[in-house]
Amino acid sequence: MARARAVLRSVLPFLVGLPILLAVQALSPPDYTLILVNVGVNVILAVSLNVVNGFTGQFSLGHAGFMAVGAYTAAKITLAFSGVQLAFLPEAVSDQLVFALALGASMLTAAAAGFLVGMPSLRLRGDYLAIVTLGFGEIIRSLIENMKFLGQATGLSGLPPYTNIAWVGVSAIATVVMARRLAVSTQGRALFAIREDEVAAEAMGVDTTGYKVRAFVISSAYAGLAGGLIAHAILLTTPRMFTFVRSIEVVVMVVLGGLGSITGSVVAAVVLTVALEGLREFQQYRMVAYAAGLIVLMLLRPQGIFGTRELWDLAPFRRLPRPRPFGGRASTGPEGASPTAVRDDSTHGGRP
Amino acid sequence: MIPLHVKSVTMRFGGLKALSSFSLSLAPGELVGLIGPNGAGKTTAFNAITGVYRPSEGEVVVAGEVVNGQRPHQICARGIARTFQNIRLFRELSALDNVRIACHAGARTGFFDALLLTGRHREEEARILERAERYLEVMGLSHRRGEIARNLPYGEQRRLEIARALATGPKVLCLDEPAAGMNAAEKLELMALIRDLRDRFGLAILVIEHDMRLVMGVSERVLVLDHGVTIAEGKPEAIRKDPKVIEAYLGDAYLEEKHIERPAGPGAHP
Repeated sequence: MARARAVLRSVLPFLVGLPILLAVQALSPPDYTLILVNVGVNVILAVSLNVVNGFTGQFSLGHAGFMAVGAYTAAKITLAFSGVQLAFLPEAVSDQLVFALALGASMLTAAAAGFLVGMPSLRLRGDYLAIVTLGFGEIIRSLIENMKFLGQATGLSGLPPYTNIAWVGVSAIATVVMARRLAVSTQGRALFAIREDEVAAEAMGVDTTGYKVRAFVISSAYAGLAGGLIAHAILLTTPRMFTFVRSIEVVVMVVLGGLGSITGSVVAAVVLTVALEGLREFQQYRMVAYAAGLIVLMLLRPQGIFGTRELWDLAPFRRLPRPRPFGGRASTGPEGASPTAVRDDSTHGGRP
Repeated sequence: MIPLHVKSVTMRFGGLKALSSFSLSLAPGELVGLIGPNGAGKTTAFNAITGVYRPSEGEVVVAGEVVNGQRPHQICARGIARTFQNIRLFRELSALDNVRIACHAGARTGFFDALLLTGRHREEEARILERAERYLEVMGLSHRRGEIARNLPYGEQRRLEIARALATGPKVLCLDEPAAGMNAAEKLELMALIRDLRDRFGLAILVIEHDMRLVMGVSERVLVLDHGVTIAEGKPEAIRKDPKVIEAYLGDAYLEEKHIERPAGPGAHP
């Protein structure tokens, strides 16, 4: 029973999201598809970076580097499989399968890159960490720029157009679900503890270095996913797409939405991406307006739109585990019973 | 098994000897006070024990195992918990979460369990929640569970820090000036609480304290540090009359005035 409920909870966001995404995909004019893909990719990037910068409080500036690793991995795989049709499968299914494989591989390689970069650099704090991650991001990019089999400065082009709104949407939902589960888990609380006070966290038994590396690896994996998606949307991947300017764009989204707030990152990613598109007709004044908007917002609300809170925290009711009687029975009994009991109270309490 | 045995630990910072040949042995259930004037090396001793510093010389033995050079979280896992002189709570998190984080140390699940929401993970969360609630209740903080730590009154913040330390499941509890900033009534309450914790959990407790009345009232044995040197050790009554201790605290002018003979030995200053 509990097992079935857990499985249902896992697939529910996708069950709800997928039909909507498919509808959007079918209805949206082709001009908007790329914008929507961009929105989704930026949501993935911002939410995943928030795990490091917001949850754990470590300032990383190297997100674009991991994105590049993912983009090139996925591109290499889909190029290798282009023209190959997997046995017994219709072409469309075969293509989707190859793409899924490519995205999975891009997450793995980006995670591995995150591990290699994170191990030495996460011993540093604050500004030093920011500079080191910035450096590593640039190293990854210049390595790619000098590798012949990755196309050097011209990159890889002619990628198959696999990315669609459904793929991006499902990936974005997966990223949000990941971040949310982390935020309400004991592992996530250990990350918050590192953000709040590293010395105290260590003294309370949290392996701070180990946890920082884990957060960094998870975050990198999702950056790799975003890279794989964007590469198959614009059908090419070049080193110039992954400069530190890209990293900083993502950091801006995270800070603007509120460090530590998942919904904040989502909202900021959507708003900023759409705003930049919307301002396109003003041409050279576009970036001025963008920057001015950022400055105004940071002056008025330095903690970001949501601070560390979530959208639903702003509602009058609070979500906290309910208290249980001291020395209570085995854990399943009271847990199963108390929420319904509380709900009953609130529905019947007001009636005469 | 002796839960904590410190064998002549010396801490050097450049040319400064902050602690020299500090030795201490804690029996299970023992309550020991560590006193000394400002800058005597009390907190340095704590930091050397809990792994914040690596001792320059000597050994820290926890439950029969040398822990020199281990990281603080490893030493914490071996059963040494501490509070901090200047409160170091996770300020922006709720009281409950502060304690739940300390319960995390023994968690048998990892990030994959959390992301996949496995059955093991849910059991672990339930267990942690129950433990955390219990320690909040022990420290009389149940009504504050949802409150952000930074918003708690000062005395409750101190108590929350102790609850958090207890939640790591220690055998030795190190309290660094738990009564700092408390009024007389709160201090009395704290004394009773410290004794109660010892009896209830069978803990060995090491207390750093400035307040003489509190430390003399609560400890069975007192160590006195001055300039990093242990100048006296013994029962509170004996410590109170020890001329070396009086000199360290009040200066030799006081001794002359009271016609007490000046002490000789390692703790005396020229």
